[in-house]
Amino acid sequence: MKMNGGQALMKALENEGVDILFGLPGGAILPVYDPLLDSSIRHVLVRHEQGAGHMAEGYAHATGQPGVAMVTSGPAATNIVTPLCDAYMDSIPMVVVTGQVPYAAIGTDAFQECDTTGITMAVTKHNYLVSEAADIPQVIHDAFHIATTGRPGPVLVDIPKDIVDPNNPRSALDWYTPQGHDLPGYNPNLSGDPEQIRQAAKLICAAERPVLYTGGGILKARAAEALRELAELTGIFVVTTLMNRGGFPDEHPLCLGMPGMHGNYTAVTAMQEADLLIALGARFDDRVTGKVDGFAPQAKVIHVDIDSAELGKVRRPDVAIQGDCRLVIEDLLQVLRADGGVDTQPDRSQWRTRISGWQERFPLTYKQSKPDELLKMQYVLEQLRDSTPDDTIVASGVGQHQMWTSQYWKFNHPYTWVNSGGLGTMGFAIPAAIGAKAGRPDRMVWAVDGDGCFQMTAQELVTATTEGFPIKVALMNNAYLGMVRQWQEMFYEERYSEVYLDRDVPDYKKWAEALGCVGIRVESPEEVQPAIDKANEVDDRPVVVEFRCEAEENVFPMVPSGKTNSEVVVDPSQQDRPR
Amino acid sequence: MSSRVSRHRGADTTTLVVHVENKAGVLARVAGLFARRGFNIESLAVAPTDDERFSRLTIVVGVSSAPMEQVVKQLDKLVNVVEIQELNPASSIERELMMATVRAEPEIRGQILDLVRIFQATVLNVGQDEIMVSLTGSLNRVDDFEDLLRPYGIVDVQRTGKVALPKLSKTTPDPLISN
Repeated sequence: MKMNGGQALMKALENEGVDILFGLPGGAILPVYDPLLDSSIRHVLVRHEQGAGHMAEGYAHATGQPGVAMVTSGPAATNIVTPLCDAYMDSIPMVVVTGQVPYAAIGTDAFQECDTTGITMAVTKHNYLVSEAADIPQVIHDAFHIATTGRPGPVLVDIPKDIVDPNNPRSALDWYTPQGHDLPGYNPNLSGDPEQIRQAAKLICAAERPVLYTGGGILKARAAEALRELAELTGIFVVTTLMNRGGFPDEHPLCLGMPGMHGNYTAVTAMQEADLLIALGARFDDRVTGKVDGFAPQAKVIHVDIDSAELGKVRRPDVAIQGDCRLVIEDLLQVLRADGGVDTQPDRSQWRTRISGWQERFPLTYKQSKPDELLKMQYVLEQLRDSTPDDTIVASGVGQHQMWTSQYWKFNHPYTWVNSGGLGTMGFAIPAAIGAKAGRPDRMVWAVDGDGCFQMTAQELVTATTEGFPIKVALMNNAYLGMVRQWQEMFYEERYSEVYLDRDVPDYKKWAEALGCVGIRVESPEEVQPAIDKANEVDDRPVVVEFRCEAEENVFPMVPSGKTNSEVVVDPSQQDRPR
Repeated sequence: MSSRVSRHRGADTTTLVVHVENKAGVLARVAGLFARRGFNIESLAVAPTDDERFSRLTIVVGVSSAPMEQVVKQLDKLVNVVEIQELNPASSIERELMMATVRAEPEIRGQILDLVRIFQATVLNVGQDEIMVSLTGSLNRVDDFEDLLRPYGIVDVQRTGKVALPKLSKTTPDPLISN
């Protein structure tokens, strides 16, 4: 079938099952936006290209399907670099199509030219500069394959204008349906080595204080069910990192919640005191380990990861298993059951007692504000958590509100937590929530955002309004870049440098209304519940609830940067308790 | 390079042979990976293989910069990298080519030609006060030759970086390999 490159691109995307595309047109990508009109793919017109990228990420977080964004060349391409890097750090499957100046003009500093593949090489799993129209079907097929298999990640496809422009003879091609992939250097291995899995089973059955240290790889591998089976079969406690919140139900008796810099005391300490860490799809990030030299000093380590480069990168494992988390856990379950090995596990009642002791002495805590005082974010989050369906999807920005959301929410279902972990991208919440809502229109979607974050990407609420994505935003206005303020208080002798935003400017309620949303302002604790109820009733447009929060509240527990997890600082009210 | 002598001898390096797809930008991907992960490249030689779809890179990596396991695993993640071999000097044949232009006033030219003869090097070009020579050999031999030329005044020097192939299983006896 004869067609031009633009038509081939749309057809190739359709063939990959793409039903929604987040983007914004411009000069170099113009020829592709014409065949878009004839395509079954829905396009969501964003207001800034960064929004398109984060929406694609949010969509991928919530659905497990690759998110797709399409933008033009030059500044549009540079605007989407942040989402690419975000997706790279958090292993999000995403395909980004960028326009490029005509092939012959590349290298001439043409209008809106930038070296997109050069710039994004370090923040993509792979990228392509397509030189011939005839390559488009195969490159798109390969791009989706690479983005979604092995360790998922973003793939960028840069398309020069001449090969998609119907007025240019270079855009002509005969359509073909790609058969397979010619990628001799790309063969992701999925199943773990059986001998290593037997070794892992042995260590598990001998451990007295084991902890399942579970990361984002659980969600990527769709291994939540298998993880639950493993935990229940062995009776081993589970910590869920920031990237795996929801990968194991918070309300499960074996769940210890989030470890790390702002993890709860029990999760942090259980890892620190463990004699065996079973790391599943987790990468020993510095925010989890604290000072690496002092991390879990008595623990042997079983490390399962799809990416062999993670095995031994930070901590040398005793048993290293390269493979897909779900397949490896399933094999491990078989070995544990077959040998009856699981019955030979030592008595761990003492360990359980220590853990429940920590849970009793060091629960998450805060002091509720008085009726006419500003709000505590923790209180708002508790109310929000208790007033929304159990499968509500929560997206968050980056900072104090993010840590409190992860701490106080009860994540009982996988794919309900959408957040920027590795890169820590402020402004992630709103566009990511829109992407999640686009992928799961049946779900209630709340974005929990800070005032600093909100000001970075609020324009995408226009997209939400006009494109019909009725997300809800809990805007935590504490008038500060709160986490930075906290660090300046604790580590810079309360010398506050450039962290005060302004309590009243902008007027968030008016701004929300100007963006087409319902705007609500909440200034004291008794107004919280009615405002949430009101927001939950709105289903025809987005809602922004501005919660006016106290500025001096700090996130605890906290492992100060450069300290070991044994030096975790607990809430001031708990400091005298025996550890 | 801190020292003016013996750049390779005793250096803490490992040699990787990396087969890559012969596609635009592959060298930038490899070089970029080394840069952003903090790995040091001591030398790098690249050329297409007899199968034009692939190129072969011989990379000498400073092992003090990172654990070799990480270098190899990160390289392996590049989609265009097809195969990586770590070459053990004991089981491979290594060569480097050096071209050098050396100060050689007529009265000392004879001394330089002596060195050329001893090292089985080649004279490529002769000028009024300078001489251009080349030598292919093991890295140590090239180092030695360069060290001995240096006192005469090296005007220009270009070394290719190491290239290497694994030794064959039924290898010729060592004396036939001129070191």
